[in-house]
Amino acid sequence: MIVKEFRQMRRDRRTVALMVGLPVMLLIVFGYAARFDVSDIATAVVGPNATVVAGGLPSTFDVVVTDPAGTKDQAVRLLTDSKAEVAIVTGSPPTVLVDGTQLFIAQSALRRTDSLPAGAQVEVLFNPDLSTSAVMVPALIGLILLFVGTVITSLGVVREREQGTLEQLAVTPLRSVDVIVGKIAPYFAVAVIDMTVITTVGILVFDVPFRGSVLLFAAFALVYLFVVLGLGVLISTVSKSQGEAIQLAIMVLLPQVMLSGMIFPLDSMAAGVRWIGYLLPLTYFVMGMRGVFLKGSSAGALAWPLAILGLMAAVIFVLAILRFRRDLAPKQTGEIEPGELEPLPA
Amino acid sequence: MTTWSVHDVTVCFGGTVALSHVDMTIEPGAVHCVVGGDGAGKTTLLRVLAGLKLEATGEVRLPPPGRTGYVPPAGGVFGDLSVEENMEFIAAAYRLRSWRDLAKELLTRVGLDQFPDRLARELSGGQRRKLAGSMALLPEPALLVLDEVTTGLDPVSRMDLWRLIAGAAAGGAAVVLATSYLDEAERAGEVLLLHQGRVLASGAPAGIVAAVPGSVVGVDQPTDPEHAWRHGSRWRQWDPAGPAVPDGQVTLEDAAIVAELVANEATS
Repeated sequence: MIVKEFRQMRRDRRTVALMVGLPVMLLIVFGYAARFDVSDIATAVVGPNATVVAGGLPSTFDVVVTDPAGTKDQAVRLLTDSKAEVAIVTGSPPTVLVDGTQLFIAQSALRRTDSLPAGAQVEVLFNPDLSTSAVMVPALIGLILLFVGTVITSLGVVREREQGTLEQLAVTPLRSVDVIVGKIAPYFAVAVIDMTVITTVGILVFDVPFRGSVLLFAAFALVYLFVVLGLGVLISTVSKSQGEAIQLAIMVLLPQVMLSGMIFPLDSMAAGVRWIGYLLPLTYFVMGMRGVFLKGSSAGALAWPLAILGLMAAVIFVLAILRFRRDLAPKQTGEIEPGELEPLPA
Repeated sequence: MTTWSVHDVTVCFGGTVALSHVDMTIEPGAVHCVVGGDGAGKTTLLRVLAGLKLEATGEVRLPPPGRTGYVPPAGGVFGDLSVEENMEFIAAAYRLRSWRDLAKELLTRVGLDQFPDRLARELSGGQRRKLAGSMALLPEPALLVLDEVTTGLDPVSRMDLWRLIAGAAAGGAAVVLATSYLDEAERAGEVLLLHQGRVLASGAPAGIVAAVPGSVVGVDQPTDPEHAWRHGSRWRQWDPAGPAVPDGQVTLEDAAIVAELVANEATS
């Protein structure tokens, strides 16, 4: 019995990957990424004597901008555009502006106020109470969409394959695009409803502010939905059963939860792990949502996250459609050439 | 009427040859049975006939899109839809306008008209196969491809399905049915016998039986165990050099087994 179990386990590569990969990932995450204490805080120093003040700051405050001619408005802009996490406006009295959307960074900065210029007034912007729900709800939207888009969509498509109905669809007059759109549209609609409900509950029940543009919010949501639905379809094209699809979905979901900056700040992660975070779509969606909800960031400030998400959406969705289409489009007549046609998954 | 065909079709899955240089012509109005043991290539051939994607070489002449009805081996019904919704979906997919009368007639023929609201996943295995057959017939296809629709069904359900199949052929459809039941294949107009991806024999059942070399006789104890097989409480034994036996004493099952023995001996 034990030998049989080991043999089966050895041949189930995904289970082995899950058993080996998951502990390794958790070790990496909790060893290098899961740090609430931040040692490097991106800091801007503006106003008269900015250079002198910057020189006197402890090493935790990593000075990224020094502008002796800068004003408080410019300092706020730097925080809004996520170019700095703390801004020190010199003058009398000096003001320290802290980005409240970066919860752990803000808390870390506030613990070190005694090393800031004497008599400085501290202002926490965007999330003055350092409310956890204000920071988490916008990120949760991304997580829930990821769940609906990836897990539920992949299960829906794989179920079709398990029941043999995908083959039946392939012989109907429905074009590949009809099947693909018909298959994905309901999940898209459900995800949009989910997103609307979470956003409304977040604003009304948890008092999460919505300071940005609805259009920008919609743009992020739309692009991100294409990414997650594409991931769901991709998973389904390489899964023979619903169990396999769930295994793969877990492997896709877990790193995003841990390494996207949703829970642990990206800045606190070791550089060797942080780059993984920058490969994950949720990372950019979280940046976008926190910017739109809490900071009221402009389209210009969020152009990069949106562009990267757009690129991911294009690559992942197109790849997913091509692979899904390959399983459909039947050969109707004529000569068959070797390699022209791919086998259906068993 | 148009005939459909595959010519010199070879299909490979990785390094495994699933079909090797297979020819088959399918006449409208006739039932063609593809028979063979496990791994013979029946499902692969039917997938080629259904127009599904495969890594293959050869030539196919198949109906235009939307003129093929297909029941895959896994079932082919939408489990979370009711009987009526399954039919409705097929009608929509094939853009059928007046389909309700035919749908009702098909469901009545297989005894499913009593359960229009029952979910397909709540039907018995036999009922699901009958629903799948009815769905494949709803668009009145020119080519009907049925993969093991009768496997595992009780005799009454098999009869119901055969009524459907015969009705479709009588209506002018070309029907291809893969089956492991050789008694069933004897009802077909044409039989194609596959073994390890190659065609061992093809033609009318009577012709295949008549072409059996030597003799096949019933014995209580086989004298040549390598050429004998169990049949009920007795044995059947093939004598390659024996005299021809009278008509009716050799069955299609005998012919299929002899063909496989000949093929195995030729390759060993």
